[in-house]
Amino acid sequence: MKFTLNGSERTLEADGQMPLLWAIRDIVGLTGTKFGCGAALCGACTVHVDGVPVRSCQTALADVEGKNVTTIEGVGGEVGEAVVAAWRKLDVVQCGYCQSGQIMSAVGLLSENRKPTDEDIDSAMDGNVCRCATYQRIRAAIHEAASNLA
Amino acid sequence: MHIITPDQYRVMLARFSKDVAPSRRGFLKGIAAASGALVIGVHLRPVEALAAAMTDGPMPNAFVRIAPDSTVTVLIKHLDMGQGVTTGLATIVAEELDADWSQMRAAFAPADAQLYNNLLFGPVQGTGGSTSVANSWEQLRKAGAAARHMLVAAAAAKWGVPAESISVEKGVLTSGNHSGSFGEFAEAAARLDVPKDVKLKDPKDFTLIGTRLPRLDSTEKTDGKAVYALDIRRPGMLTAVIRRPDRFGATVKSFDAAAAKKVPGVVDVVAVPAGIAVLAQNTWAAIQGRDALADIVWDEASAEMRGTAELLDEYKKLAATAGLPAARKGDAAKGIAGAAKTVEAEFAFPYLAHAPMEPLNCVIEKTGDGVTIWAGSQFQTIEQAVTAGVLGLKPEQVKIETVWAGGSFGRRANPPADYVAEAATILKATDGKAPIHLVWTREDDIKGGYYRPMFYHKVRAGLTADGKIAGWEQQIVGQSFMAGTPFEAFAIKEGVDGTSVEGAADTNYDIGNFAVDLHTTQVKVPTLWWRSVGHTHTAHVVEVTIDELARAAGRDPVEFRLELLKDKPRHTGVLKLLAEKASWGEKAGAGKGRGIALHESFNTVVGSVIDVSVVNGQIKVDRVVCAVDCGIAVNPDVIAAQVEGGVGFGLGAALHDEITLDKGVVEQANFDGYIPLRMSEMPKVEVHIVPSANAPTGIGEPGVPGVAPALSNAIFDATGQRLRSLPFRLEDFKA
Repeated sequence: MKFTLNGSERTLEADGQMPLLWAIRDIVGLTGTKFGCGAALCGACTVHVDGVPVRSCQTALADVEGKNVTTIEGVGGEVGEAVVAAWRKLDVVQCGYCQSGQIMSAVGLLSENRKPTDEDIDSAMDGNVCRCATYQRIRAAIHEAASNLA
Repeated sequence: MHIITPDQYRVMLARFSKDVAPSRRGFLKGIAAASGALVIGVHLRPVEALAAAMTDGPMPNAFVRIAPDSTVTVLIKHLDMGQGVTTGLATIVAEELDADWSQMRAAFAPADAQLYNNLLFGPVQGTGGSTSVANSWEQLRKAGAAARHMLVAAAAAKWGVPAESISVEKGVLTSGNHSGSFGEFAEAAARLDVPKDVKLKDPKDFTLIGTRLPRLDSTEKTDGKAVYALDIRRPGMLTAVIRRPDRFGATVKSFDAAAAKKVPGVVDVVAVPAGIAVLAQNTWAAIQGRDALADIVWDEASAEMRGTAELLDEYKKLAATAGLPAARKGDAAKGIAGAAKTVEAEFAFPYLAHAPMEPLNCVIEKTGDGVTIWAGSQFQTIEQAVTAGVLGLKPEQVKIETVWAGGSFGRRANPPADYVAEAATILKATDGKAPIHLVWTREDDIKGGYYRPMFYHKVRAGLTADGKIAGWEQQIVGQSFMAGTPFEAFAIKEGVDGTSVEGAADTNYDIGNFAVDLHTTQVKVPTLWWRSVGHTHTAHVVEVTIDELARAAGRDPVEFRLELLKDKPRHTGVLKLLAEKASWGEKAGAGKGRGIALHESFNTVVGSVIDVSVVNGQIKVDRVVCAVDCGIAVNPDVIAAQVEGGVGFGLGAALHDEITLDKGVVEQANFDGYIPLRMSEMPKVEVHIVPSANAPTGIGEPGVPGVAPALSNAIFDATGQRLRSLPFRLEDFKA
């Protein structure tokens, strides 16, 4: 199975049906992408496939063959840096476990929409659960990143 | 569910507690380590033993470590599960040390019930009850001040100047033309005697405490580098998942593992007390192997077969009878009998799962003479003792590596150390051949018990003709939080578990005729504290009932409360700040409502005002304003974050959270059945802190209890409809 992970070509000897989440975590060994529910209900496992946020727990390894996968470890570029900087400036994190997924979803949103409204944020981020309920700061950080990108 | 029997557990804990009984407290001694670091600890062991311990490990005996590069590492005896305690405890040390915030670091301390005892509930190294800052406050101020004193003494000796001439600011020592960093003097300072008495700062001279400091964990939690137990990788490690019974109290009788063993990557299948463990080379294989287990027969002879509907019926019948007295003042029955008006209400509360984002997991590995465990460990020395019991080791042969925890909300503070004990039984069943990473799936977590217990309350209260409370009777029914735990003797008096009735039996309201009864039930569903423990249910009942009484008396809910709290300055201070910040006097407007609640928990007083609006027949929570008195605010922004998060957590419980059982089987499995609060439901939250000169009190939990009652009161204000039982059924709400 060949694909590009955070800019590097990878070939994995693994069952194509293995969820991308477990391939990234258990075979490649990149652990920033988290397991939260295994059923695309919480967003903790969000990664980008060709720039679009997807839930890696419900994406088969075979489905990313030949594609570009980006995880939290590979976040960069103008939007990625603005998002991470805003997260740090506002001290968004508490336990931090969901935040890789939150950041991947936020980068996805801001890559498509540089001036999201609160409603845009609700619809882009509602799939990402935070049991610490850091939502208020996530919202503020997305607005902060948007203003720095403007 | 328990790996060891409650009796074995009690014996083990008793032995363990004796082994670690504190001998002397507060004795300070500096240790010169090979690295030339200054290490300060408030320790309890004889000096010789301490010195010996230093030779075979990396300083297991200290709170403050100053390296030659001037970085200051605070050893954190508590678990950071998101509450920001690494930042908080480091702030306390940095303040007394006059360090610069940029030189501060934090590291989790190794497990040791003497050195890292929780001074509020030990002898146990453990985190809970919102005690981390409160119990560390004086200990870490002294540790920081002692380190500063020794650095100054070392600099004075080197420069040949009086110690009094040296000032310390932002990590720099200065006297006249001399100037130096902490790192330059760390080694020399470590050779000096530790002062027995150190002068602590006057709080008015604080420069870091009370200011906004960046969290120490923000960077590594935003680049994927923070290591949680789920991220531990050991050579040859196998991942294990367990098939557990569908009913609590059932055990495995027989099963067919042939198909499971054929799943590529599956290495072994073993029966353990908790169920059937499938071991594999990766998590996906383990989960698939578990799915392939066949013909499982459970022994359900001792299993819980009741559903929550049956339990609630039983609880309601109990509430109609007299329970054990939890509070008695005056004559409640007589007061109510003579009342001009009465209010009667019933409240039901469901079982609640904690559902931290990181599913429970830990790694256990055999070492030369014992084992090492990597876990988001919240009760380190209890996990140590339980693991030792399972494996026939001494507690000190069990090394605990505490790592970041992806949430807890009480779940990881588990007296039987359930998931750690499970991992130990798997290691034992496989002869320690490979390190074991036990991983719970989300389904295991939601179905796995250790819930906040179900509760049922019945309240009758009366008002005199002039609107005073004439009497208050309350029946509380539910399982004990503390029975069977090491805290039982401390918490249960004459059959009454104080934590079942906390926040009600000890209400701060001045009610002359007052009675609270407790009925403790026996159900085989394992239960546990859940962020704010007894206050999760008592605050709701008290604050809704007070609101109903105020309205029945035709009184303003804030004035009504102020009158009942005349000799409680912290409570009235919070109420007044809250009323001002929430513009309480202003009318909410058509289609809108405003509700208030005030509650003390973990020695902290929190007031909450919630604004709601009714939009297309639906309730929307618009804004939550909170006022908090938690003593000296060490990190105001972390406090704000805890209250913001507490509001979200409380709203989830008010609107969604509910575990139900049908004939003993849990009906929810994942986040589609056990609904978490999401972004679109999160209101704006404002947090205001009452200035205080008192020692810090809890903040991790106290934001939670007031949310549901303030919301009930706001909905009533908007609509005239009273929602009492949790979770509220807003879908049934008719505008």
